[in-house]
Amino acid sequence: MNFTDFYNETLTSVPTERSFYPYEANGGTALAIAGEDFCVVASDTRQSNGYLINARYAPKAFKMSEKAVLANSGFAADGNALVRRLTQRMQWYKHSHEKEMSITALAQLLSNTLYFKRFFPFYTQVLLGGVNENGIVYSFDPIGSYGSENCRAVGTAASLIQPFLDNQVEFKNVQIVEKPRLTLDRALCIAKDAFTSATERDIYTGDHLEIFIIKQDGVTTESYPLKRD
Amino acid sequence: MDAFVNRFKGTTALWSDESSMLGDFGSYDAVKEFSHPVFEIPAYQNANCTDEKSDSECHIKIEHGTTTLAFKFQGGIMVAVDSRASAGNYIASQTVKKVIEINPYLLGTMAGGAADCQFWQRELGKHCRLYELRNRERISVAAASKLLANMVYPYKRMGISMGTMVTGWDKTGPNLFYVDSDGSRYKNDVFSVGSGSPYAYGVLDSGLDYELSTNDAIELARRSIYHATYRDAASGGYVRIYHVKEQGWEFIGLHDVGNLHWEYQGL
Repeated sequence: MNFTDFYNETLTSVPTERSFYPYEANGGTALAIAGEDFCVVASDTRQSNGYLINARYAPKAFKMSEKAVLANSGFAADGNALVRRLTQRMQWYKHSHEKEMSITALAQLLSNTLYFKRFFPFYTQVLLGGVNENGIVYSFDPIGSYGSENCRAVGTAASLIQPFLDNQVEFKNVQIVEKPRLTLDRALCIAKDAFTSATERDIYTGDHLEIFIIKQDGVTTESYPLKRD
Repeated sequence: MDAFVNRFKGTTALWSDESSMLGDFGSYDAVKEFSHPVFEIPAYQNANCTDEKSDSECHIKIEHGTTTLAFKFQGGIMVAVDSRASAGNYIASQTVKKVIEINPYLLGTMAGGAADCQFWQRELGKHCRLYELRNRERISVAAASKLLANMVYPYKRMGISMGTMVTGWDKTGPNLFYVDSDGSRYKNDVFSVGSGSPYAYGVLDSGLDYELSTNDAIELARRSIYHATYRDAASGGYVRIYHVKEQGWEFIGLHDVGNLHWEYQGL
């Protein structure tokens, strides 16, 4: 048997299984809390792949404008690509309308951007926090369904943090007559506690905590260390 | 902005041709707007990456699970929905708006993929507005629901999941249609859609009467959704009720299922 026959009959007849999975789960957690005249967006900065920590400072939250911050969790490459796309669309909008995009417009644009990749989705859960007249939080699923909320956690520790937020921010199922107004200080305390606690129980959350505070007069950032183990 | 204007600028001639009207309405240019993997990926099925049943390591979880209902009665149409979104066994949200306000005269409900329903019903809203501008009259519910059915039909078996009721009041009176992503479109006096629908139908059918007063119809709708949330783990949160009347729809109210439970216990 010459080589060609051998190749055609033997090698090519062997059943081969090929697989390619274009996604990765990089872990991490983000939360957003809306107040009366402010919004707090917080996220950790750890990026992992399985048990390997890729990076200790890989931000997941980005300032999109003076009134909007976007945080995402899931596949970091998709998250970054999404942020770059949006940034460019916002730049185009600014040049043709001579004003910055409102948070409502940005939310609808983000929804469409995610849905146009319905058949090859961005593997990322997105939070959009900002202010128009009031503080506002929008949350998105990977293919663009969205709604506004008072507080929301996404990512690997979402199931640990969300019940805490429901209890401490929204006072869900708490039998009190008057629910106190949420102050910025309290929102910040809740965000910090949420992340220090999540770091204790979620292997994908840790390293640094980045907090964005969005108010009518702009965005400020704060950074705190989290446990690195 | 220019690109947006140009999309509508050259189309005047096209619309004068009556025959092409619905055809062009119904189709969405997928090649232009939707992106697919640009290379062929072995053993990777597009539909599977958002499919509920597929179980890969980082499978994309999208929000599912619902009870929605709508029925005709002497005062118009009563629409009621729950507000839970679950992704797998995690409750992703208890405050979802499953009634989509297409315009002041048209309502859509949401069951199945949240994003699929939201996106296509917003798209439907755009087409309904364009119809109004071109024809100087409101679109009928029959036409609007067929527009929606025709828009999603080309994507059949690509993984889109949408079970929706389109309701509204047009010159023929109150109308209620069921449209889904398989291509079905039915007209009837009563529908319930979603994982909790069997439980909702049970309560609804036992109390349904065309001559029901508006208050009794509201109560029947509310009770049907409540009982569905009680038996169906994928439904819950709040009962959201809308009433479709001749002057357009009216939002009736939002009721916490937790409080309704004690109310129906007689406490």
